[in-house]
Amino acid sequence: MGMTITEKILAAHAGLDKVEPGELIEVSVDFSLANDITAPIAIERFRQAGAEKIYDVARIALVPDHFVPNKDIESAAQCQLLREFALEHELPHYYEVGRMGIEHALLPEQGLVLPGDVVVGADSHTCTYGGLGAFATGVGSTDLAAVMITGRTWFRVPASIKFIFQGNLRPWVTGKDLILYTIGQIGVDGARYRAMEFTGPVIAQLSMDQRLTMANMAIEAGAKNGIIAPDECTRAFVEERAQRSYKFYQSDADAQYEQVITYNVSEIEPQVALPPSPANSQPVSSLDEIPIDQVVIGSCTNGRIEDLRLAAQLLKSRRVAPRVRCLIIPATQAIYRQAMDEGLFTIFLEAEAAISTPTCGPCLGGHMGILAAGERAVATTNRNFVGRMGHPESEVYLASPAVAAASAVLGRIASPEEL
Amino acid sequence: MKFTGKAWKFGADIDTDAIIPARYLNTSDPKELAQHCMEDADPKFAQKVSPGDVIVADKNFGCGSSREHAPIAIKAAGVSCVIAASFARIFYRNAFNMGLPILESEEAAADVVTGEQLEIDLATGIIVNKSRNLTYKAQPVPPFMQELVAGGGLIPYVMKRLSD
Repeated sequence: MGMTITEKILAAHAGLDKVEPGELIEVSVDFSLANDITAPIAIERFRQAGAEKIYDVARIALVPDHFVPNKDIESAAQCQLLREFALEHELPHYYEVGRMGIEHALLPEQGLVLPGDVVVGADSHTCTYGGLGAFATGVGSTDLAAVMITGRTWFRVPASIKFIFQGNLRPWVTGKDLILYTIGQIGVDGARYRAMEFTGPVIAQLSMDQRLTMANMAIEAGAKNGIIAPDECTRAFVEERAQRSYKFYQSDADAQYEQVITYNVSEIEPQVALPPSPANSQPVSSLDEIPIDQVVIGSCTNGRIEDLRLAAQLLKSRRVAPRVRCLIIPATQAIYRQAMDEGLFTIFLEAEAAISTPTCGPCLGGHMGILAAGERAVATTNRNFVGRMGHPESEVYLASPAVAAASAVLGRIASPEEL
Repeated sequence: MKFTGKAWKFGADIDTDAIIPARYLNTSDPKELAQHCMEDADPKFAQKVSPGDVIVADKNFGCGSSREHAPIAIKAAGVSCVIAASFARIFYRNAFNMGLPILESEEAAADVVTGEQLEIDLATGIIVNKSRNLTYKAQPVPPFMQELVAGGGLIPYVMKRLSD
């Protein structure tokens, strides 16, 4: 009996020929990460345990990205703690403001996380790297501290659910719409403790940016990891960036899946997930007129260059509706630079959108675009929980950059078709 | 290990932003986090909860972010145990790592209402609803995980094992 790509990566890192769902294994970790929210606790645990050295300083990244540029004195102190720890341990992968990016956009861009890796991060969206064909999952700060000390962690091998995406993508339908649709179908615990393996001809045609978007939101269905088998698209992305060797794994033809679910994407239109759950996804055309106050285009889900190009395509020669604030947040410094070089900033500025330095900021209600009571945002982010972007009585509607840009122009939730 | 306390009932899919909103994550001080525990699910919870009380929730408790601040806030608010029909996986791991005991019981999640007195035995997984003389079953917590809880979480547990 064969193995899935997730099982193969875990087996290889456990030094085993074979693993099965439910098995408890100890694995070596290729790369780990933490941010300004989670690293302070991990550092405290690291010191509490009496540890003096990190198992391999080249295999950890500390990225202050959530509340930076420092939003208040307390946040500044948390970042200071990270910085001092990074200096003390001479960490090569510490990224200060001006060099940083949103961690899950930055690490693939820098070639730090690679196909076939086991990656653990003290951030739930660590599952993003599954888009590269890695096993990547979020853990808490204490688990991360143990990884920092030993380079190892334990897992229960997840059963896999295979998703097959067939058919032809309709205009304006992106990876974001596919993952919102999928979560809408299976629910926020539909893949709890499971591996979500995204396959099929539609996935094979998706760009790396869109694959990362899909894997990013696996956690929103409760999954341990999301994964896409690496191919030529993956190779083209990683070969110029990789700073160490990597390995492509593929699921065997006779691999065992707990469930196989097939979607015909020809029937899927751009999606909007209504508050307060990412599983409340609806076709954009089915929604009544919903006026909005803010649009956020960015985050670890949709702040990459392709996302900005898509937004620019719709904002070109148009203007953000008078009563709407449109915030555009390139996810890394390199993306920021590229967007500027491509002329996208001119388009955004002429459309009267605001462009921000990279930050997670508004996505988690940190800063740089907080909502007041009763305000409503369309965001390309990943969570629309109660109070996620500000006041508990504000609302977040999740969508692709195309729907977000169209909504910014029309001042209500809108399909790009309407422009 | 046994706990007795009053139940506070919550629904399904209580996410970590409801348990501890990100607007308070500019600190990891347990006392400060406790003041905002469950704030976006029940704004008055932190004032109402008494030491030893128990949170009872429906499925997928703790979904969302990996923030360890969530079990820290619950524990520091004085909650002795969380019972849910099911837990999100990162929260499950974080809770034990913090020394916050949690039990999965669909029966208890479906039946218990706020205000009822519960008695919980981690070793047997038996939950007694003293207000209505009912008993619910959960998976017992194995001895090493009870020790982990008693010691205050994974790091103290590991340190104790190293020094023994």
